[in-house]
Amino acid sequence: MSTAAQRFLQDAAVKSADLMHREIIRRGMDSYDAAHLKGRARIRDWEAARQKCQEIKREAINHLDRYLLQFEEKVIARGGHVFWAADSEEACAYVKNLATQLGVRTVVKSKSMVTEEIHLSPVLEKAGIKVWETDLGEFIVQLREEPPYHIVTPAMHLNRGQIAKLFREKLDSGITSDDPADLMAVARRKLREAFFAAEMGISGANFLVADAGVIAISTNEGNGRLCTSVPRIHVVVTGIEKVIPRLEDLAVLWPVLATSGTGQGITTYGTLIGGPRRPGEADGPDEFHVVLVDNGRSQLLADAEQREVLHCIRCGACLNICPVFRHVGGHTYGTTYPGPIGSVLTPHLNGIAEFKHLSYASSLCGACTSVCPVKIDLHHHLLQNRRNATAAGATKSSERMMFRAWRSAMLHPWMYALGGWSVRKALRILYRLGLAGSIVDPMRVWNRYRSPVPLPSESFRARWRKDRAAN
Amino acid sequence: MSRKVSLFVPCFVDQLLPEAAVDTVKVLRRIGYSVEYPEEQTCCGQPAFNTGYWDEARPCAERFVRVFKHADLIVCPSGSCTTMVRAFYPELLAASSWRADAIALASRTFELSEFLVKVAAVTQVGATFPHSVTYHASCHALRELHIHDEPLQLLRQVDGLKLIEMVRSEECCGFGGTFAAKFPEISSAMGNSKAESVAATGAEFVTATDPSCLMHLEGILGKRHAPTRTIYLASILAQQSPPPSSAQVKP
Repeated sequence: MSTAAQRFLQDAAVKSADLMHREIIRRGMDSYDAAHLKGRARIRDWEAARQKCQEIKREAINHLDRYLLQFEEKVIARGGHVFWAADSEEACAYVKNLATQLGVRTVVKSKSMVTEEIHLSPVLEKAGIKVWETDLGEFIVQLREEPPYHIVTPAMHLNRGQIAKLFREKLDSGITSDDPADLMAVARRKLREAFFAAEMGISGANFLVADAGVIAISTNEGNGRLCTSVPRIHVVVTGIEKVIPRLEDLAVLWPVLATSGTGQGITTYGTLIGGPRRPGEADGPDEFHVVLVDNGRSQLLADAEQREVLHCIRCGACLNICPVFRHVGGHTYGTTYPGPIGSVLTPHLNGIAEFKHLSYASSLCGACTSVCPVKIDLHHHLLQNRRNATAAGATKSSERMMFRAWRSAMLHPWMYALGGWSVRKALRILYRLGLAGSIVDPMRVWNRYRSPVPLPSESFRARWRKDRAAN
Repeated sequence: MSRKVSLFVPCFVDQLLPEAAVDTVKVLRRIGYSVEYPEEQTCCGQPAFNTGYWDEARPCAERFVRVFKHADLIVCPSGSCTTMVRAFYPELLAASSWRADAIALASRTFELSEFLVKVAAVTQVGATFPHSVTYHASCHALRELHIHDEPLQLLRQVDGLKLIEMVRSEECCGFGGTFAAKFPEISSAMGNSKAESVAATGAEFVTATDPSCLMHLEGILGKRHAPTRTIYLASILAQQSPPPSSAQVKP
C-alpha cells in the first residue's frame, strides 16, 4: 500500500499537468480575488480588523477552559445537551447512538468540516441512516462520492457542464439545461423532500459564543436554517477551538469571515441558536445537542509555539491564494483540511511521520500568512513542522547525511570553494558529453522540467581575488 | 557617514550567478560606496534551515555573524538570503551566545534595492537599458522584508527602459529552494504559470530582486523556448550607454 506521501506526489504530478483543472481553478480564483479585494476595501481599516480578530481568538484560546464551561452552562440551562468528545470515535458514537435511540432514519446536514474530519456520515450510513448533504456544493460532491475539494467551496473544481451531467445521471435523466438556475432548482426540489423527511438535522458552528451560550452559523443558501429548525432533533458538531468570549465579538468576526471566505460584506444568513424550542415558540427542534470535539486540539493547545493555529476560523483564504493549492487542487492533499492551514494542522491531528510531506510541499512564499484574517503565521509554522520532523528523526537518512556534509563544507571556506568548483567542473564535462538529464546527472530532477543552471568557470570569489591581485 | 559597505554574496550567486554580484559591486561603487567582500563568508544556512535541519544551519549562522560582526552596513543581492539574516537568525539563534550580535547584525543587513532607496537615498543610478522589462515581486523580499516599491522606483529611473506590469506579479515563481527538487512537478507547474504571465506582457526581459527566482524562471523559459530572458535588477542598473567613440571624445 502506498503512503500518504507517495499518493500526494503522484496526485500532485497528475493535477499539476491537468490544464483543464488549472483553468477551472484559475477562473474561480480570479473571481474570488476580485471579490476579496473589493470586500476588503469595504472595511475601513482591514489591518485593524485583522488585529482585532487575532486578539479575540487569542483571548478565547488562552482561556478555552473558562469560555467552554460558560458556553456549556448556558446551553444546559436552556434545556440543551453538551457532549465532550475526546476523539472522532467518541463523537461519532454519541451521534449514532442518539440517532438510533430516537428512531432517526433520515439526517439532513448543513455544511460542517468537523463532521468530515471525524468521518461521521459513513458511521451513520452503516447504521442504516440516510444522510443528505444540503449545502449545494456538498450535495454535489456527495453525489460524486468524493470528499469536499475546498473547505468553503466544496465543488469549485467542477464546471456547470460536469454538474449537469452528474445531475442527469444521479437525479433526473430529463435534465437538458446546464444553466445554473435550472440546476439549482433540481437540487432544491430534491433537498426539500429530504428536509421534511428528516428527523435529525446536523450542523457545524462557525462560532460558539460563550457569554450568550449560543452557536453562530454563517450561510448563504438557507439550508442551514432548514437543517436546524425543521427536524425535531438538532445536533451541532464542532471543534472546541470555535468558542469566542462575547456576542459583540461577532460584530467584527462575522464580516471578516465573510470577506475572507467569499468577499461578501456579510453572508446571507447569520443564525444564532441556543437551545431547543421553548414553550410559545413557533419553530425549532425538540432536542438540541452540542458535540464538542477535541480530536487532538488540546495537544495543539499545549504547543506554545503553534497554539495560534487554533485561531483558524476556516475561511479558506489561505487555500485561495496558495500557488501550490492552485496547481495541485484540494483533493491531492488527501486530508480533511487542504491548503496551507491543512499542511500546518494535519501533522498535529494525524501524525507528523505520515503527514510531514505536506509541510515540505510549499515554496514558503508566505502568501497564506499575508491574507490570514486572524494573522496565523502559517508559513513559519510549516518551517517549525519541518524542524520537528527532522528532530523526530522522521526524515531520510541520506538527507541527514547530506546536510551534515554540507555543514562541514560551509564551515570551511576552502572546502566550500573547492566543492563548488569541482561540482561546476564535473557538470560542465557531463553536459558537454550530452549527459544532462541522464541517470548520472545529479541535477536530473531539475533538468527534467527546466534547462540547466548556468555553470560559470569562475565563481564570484575567484573573480574578486583576481581583481584584487590585479589592482 | 562611512560610505563603505560589506558585500554578502549568497552561495548560489557566488557559484552559479557571479555576474549578479559583479553588477551589484558596479552599482554600489558608481553611487559612491567603497565595497569590501569578506572572503571568509560561505552560506547563510538557509538551505538547511528551510529543510528542517536547524542544528546544521545554526553553526553556519553563527559563523556568518562572526564574519560580518564588525561590518557597518551589509548589502546582499538577494531578498531571500537577506530574509534569512533579518527574519530567521533571531529565531534560529534564540539560545545561542551569538543571539545579541545576530539581532544587531540583522538591523544592518539590507537587500540591494532597499539599500539603494532607503539607506543611500538614491533612485537614479545613471543606468541606461533601452529594453522592455516586466517585474516579478520575489516572495521573501515582498512578504518578509516588505519591499514593494523600491525596485520599481529604481527601474523607473533607468534611461530608455519600458516597464510593463504583469498579471499576478506577486504570485510565487515556484522555486522555493529544496521545494524545486522535492516537488519538481508542482514547482515547474508554478514556474510555467509564471512564464505565461511573463509571456503575456510581451516584454524582452523579466527582472526581480532575487537571482534565485530568476535562475528558476530562466530554466523554465529555456525549456519552453520562450523569447523572454531573465536579468537580475543590479544587472539592469549596472548598464550604461556605450561610451562615445574615441573620435568624438578627442579634444
